[in-house]
Amino acid sequence: MSVTQAIPHDAATGHVTGRARYVDDIPVPAGTLHLAFGLSDIAAGRVISMELSAVRDAPGVVAVLTADDLPFANDASPSVHDEPLLSDGNIHYLGQPLFLVVADSHLNARKAARLGRIETEDQDAILTIEDAMAADSRFEEGPRVWEKGDTAEAIAAAPHRLSGQIEMGGQEHFYLEGQAALALPGEAGDMLVHSSTQHPTEIQHKVAEALGVPMHAVRVEVRRMGGGFGGKESQGSALAIACAVAARATGRPCKMRYDRDDDMVITGKRHDFRIAYKVGYNDEGRILGVDFVQYTRCGWAQDLSLPVADRAMLHADNAYHLPAARIESHRLKTNTQSATAFRGFGGPQGMLGIERVMDAIAHDLGRDPLAVRRANYYAAAQAVATGPGTGQRYGGTHSPKPAASTVQTTSYGMEVTDFILHEITGALSQSAGYDLRRAAIADWNAANPLLKKGIALTPVKFGISFTLTHLNQAGALVHVYQDGSVHLNHGGTEMGQGLFRKVSQVAADRFGLPVESIRITATDTDKVPNTSATAASSGSDLNGMAVMAACDTIRDRMADALATLYQADAAAVRFADGMVQIGAETVPFARAAKLCYENRVSLSATGFYKTPDLSWDRIKGHGRPFFYFAYGAACSEVVVDTLTGEYRILRTDILHDAGRSLNPAIDMGQIEGGFVQGAGWLTTEELVWDESGRLRTHAPSTYKIPACSDRPDVFNVALWDGENRAETIYRSKAVGEPPFMLGMSVFFALSDAIASCGRGYPALDAPATPERVLMAIRQVQNGV
Amino acid sequence: MTTVSMTVNGKPVSAEAEGRTLLVEFLRDGLHLTGTHVGCDTSQCGACVVHVNGEAVKACTMFAQEAEGAEVTTIEGMANADGSLNVIQQAFQDHHGLQCGFCTPGMVMSAAALLKENPKPSEAEIRDYLEGNICRCTGYHNIVKAILAASGQDVGAIAAE
Repeated sequence: MSVTQAIPHDAATGHVTGRARYVDDIPVPAGTLHLAFGLSDIAAGRVISMELSAVRDAPGVVAVLTADDLPFANDASPSVHDEPLLSDGNIHYLGQPLFLVVADSHLNARKAARLGRIETEDQDAILTIEDAMAADSRFEEGPRVWEKGDTAEAIAAAPHRLSGQIEMGGQEHFYLEGQAALALPGEAGDMLVHSSTQHPTEIQHKVAEALGVPMHAVRVEVRRMGGGFGGKESQGSALAIACAVAARATGRPCKMRYDRDDDMVITGKRHDFRIAYKVGYNDEGRILGVDFVQYTRCGWAQDLSLPVADRAMLHADNAYHLPAARIESHRLKTNTQSATAFRGFGGPQGMLGIERVMDAIAHDLGRDPLAVRRANYYAAAQAVATGPGTGQRYGGTHSPKPAASTVQTTSYGMEVTDFILHEITGALSQSAGYDLRRAAIADWNAANPLLKKGIALTPVKFGISFTLTHLNQAGALVHVYQDGSVHLNHGGTEMGQGLFRKVSQVAADRFGLPVESIRITATDTDKVPNTSATAASSGSDLNGMAVMAACDTIRDRMADALATLYQADAAAVRFADGMVQIGAETVPFARAAKLCYENRVSLSATGFYKTPDLSWDRIKGHGRPFFYFAYGAACSEVVVDTLTGEYRILRTDILHDAGRSLNPAIDMGQIEGGFVQGAGWLTTEELVWDESGRLRTHAPSTYKIPACSDRPDVFNVALWDGENRAETIYRSKAVGEPPFMLGMSVFFALSDAIASCGRGYPALDAPATPERVLMAIRQVQNGV
Repeated sequence: MTTVSMTVNGKPVSAEAEGRTLLVEFLRDGLHLTGTHVGCDTSQCGACVVHVNGEAVKACTMFAQEAEGAEVTTIEGMANADGSLNVIQQAFQDHHGLQCGFCTPGMVMSAAALLKENPKPSEAEIRDYLEGNICRCTGYHNIVKAILAASGQDVGAIAAE
């Protein structure tokens, strides 16, 4: 049985030998040209003139294109056509592409791109939340507001109240492979595009628009990405379009890869947020009503900002039942890079808001933050019948009577029926020794004036599904050849997350074959059309089901044909261990495939899946946007140097719910990597723009993702032993994004350590760089 | 343009290169050895690590001409003579020390250089040595585990899982 096995990544051998190819590694035909953008040097204004003769005359330059040279759509937006590929005369951010250089080499294109003389008229740039609010510069007509109950009244009537705000920075994706594309012009107007993208169909769509051809004339192929994390959901379009347009203009293949500095200056990042809160609660710390105002800088174009901001609102509850809640969301338009998808897609920001509230309530009441968190948890899931027989999990004669149904709803009206965080938190706090260590840390802090320790255990509840309901669909294409080998294709893309391996395990299991018999092939818009982005953690859920459907179609056809041949019952045909059992006969799968071929049975099938039970009204903020929730919890301990603000993570324990894992090794890798990336967002990764709107942290020299020595000294990760209550592929759960938010435990452990320095509440902002930690220490020491 | 000659993965090679041609460009564009990756262009991410005369070098921070006459080994030259994976490559595969794989060649090359000078490194020594190799996917845990395993040490020593 191939599912649930910890099999290595499908391309592991290719990676350790250097043979796995990325876009920039594909052998190109002679005469291939290379592209670079000329970029804006101001954040806001107008182009008065572009003097590009020096660019055209530079060595190796073949062509220079401006917006006027684009024959059809000048747009790279995934949403509302507000993102010109090349400036239409308006400048919206510092780093915006103004013109396109086509040259004989990557270096010549980049050197020439610096030679443009651009005369501009500056305008006042809108850079900050304050600037944008003052100018009412925003997407949508006003703030989006969702409310459950009468929040103002609930807060006013509460025995305790507090208010505050938290700032949280954005995050650079820092996929190790930068954005890249290669376009190869074909005959009769066809265009083949290799793109490092999570969304081949969107690349196909935008390239077709730019070339003025139907989508059927454009084929996009993606074998793999060197990391995506959301940064390749929409941000690859500009390169792919540029390559296709230049290839059409010159008749030659065109390739573009952003230099790392260009990549960081041009492309969008995680949305930074400010969240202001007012909360009313009782003596135990239970929230009675909470009011959030979320402000986010979306940058210059809409991109995916509306669903990102929606998801931040949808996760304003995290794991907590809010009897009354009001969430107001401002999607602000600023003269900065267009913020985009990034692992969690707004969820982490929304969650950090409520986790700050939990931490602040605990500090105010002098209670253990974990006790406050648990007091606010949603009610536990009711036991459900599982497995064969009648057995309910707690259904014996002597079991206590189950409580009356206590299903609670989120602030957007969705019932929470699968809540397992009571159990996960209990198990984790025990395995991590939370209570004992918390007491030991208090003693240690009392004895040590300079180094202070802190600990925090934080939960994650993350909604699984695209909130734009129609995206929750997937397709697959499976062929069985007459020698019994299997060709597998689906709409999902591989960015390192192990999707191809997991889906191949599904196919192997359906046919009873070893995974080696399944050929995993590049994602290709010619094979499976109209795909959704590989995003929202949905890759395995959607594509696994589509592949299962395709495999089962073929398997059923084979079973019928073989049963007829052997005069057996089709329902009793079994596929296992590389063999097919038909009544009393057992034949190798290859023989069975050959027999079916000779008996004129189609051995090729498509599969399709759409997620059931979704209904969502994003304007009202009401419905059931998610198929289910994924859960997890992390406990982190830190030590802080109060003289410098520097700190280390001493230990992290994680217990995470991947349902019935399709591949525990791959899922553990997602959890470890997601946690470290989430901790990076909240600690070392700081984006800094100067007053002119220039991103000053545009290379790994100044922007610090976690290094090998930054991970916890002790790191214990375990999978929760359970299966998904929703009918997902083999009852597994999505695991791409949820572990990212486990990184919050580090942030609140820092808050805990800082709180031990004085009487005040740290009110730490993110990222908690050593500078911020030091300032927060000074504040609590002064009792602020 | 001048002709640059060196030995790459045991084979003598010569190709034209400008004075400014970086070793990584020489390998990737000139010799089509694309396993050596360019991640950051500024010698910080470590995806381009190769061995020059046995020393780990970031190939984007060295000119091709500086490697004139040198013995260069890239990821393509790391497998055993019979084509099977060497012990480090096998350990990265077995211990899931990779996800997107883009940093992997550089990690394998750095790991090989480390184990040459320190055959039984401690976990802390591994973490310290890999400071110049960044990975955005794995959180490094399985990379460290793979290197410990490749050096014949007990991987159970690094945190219970």
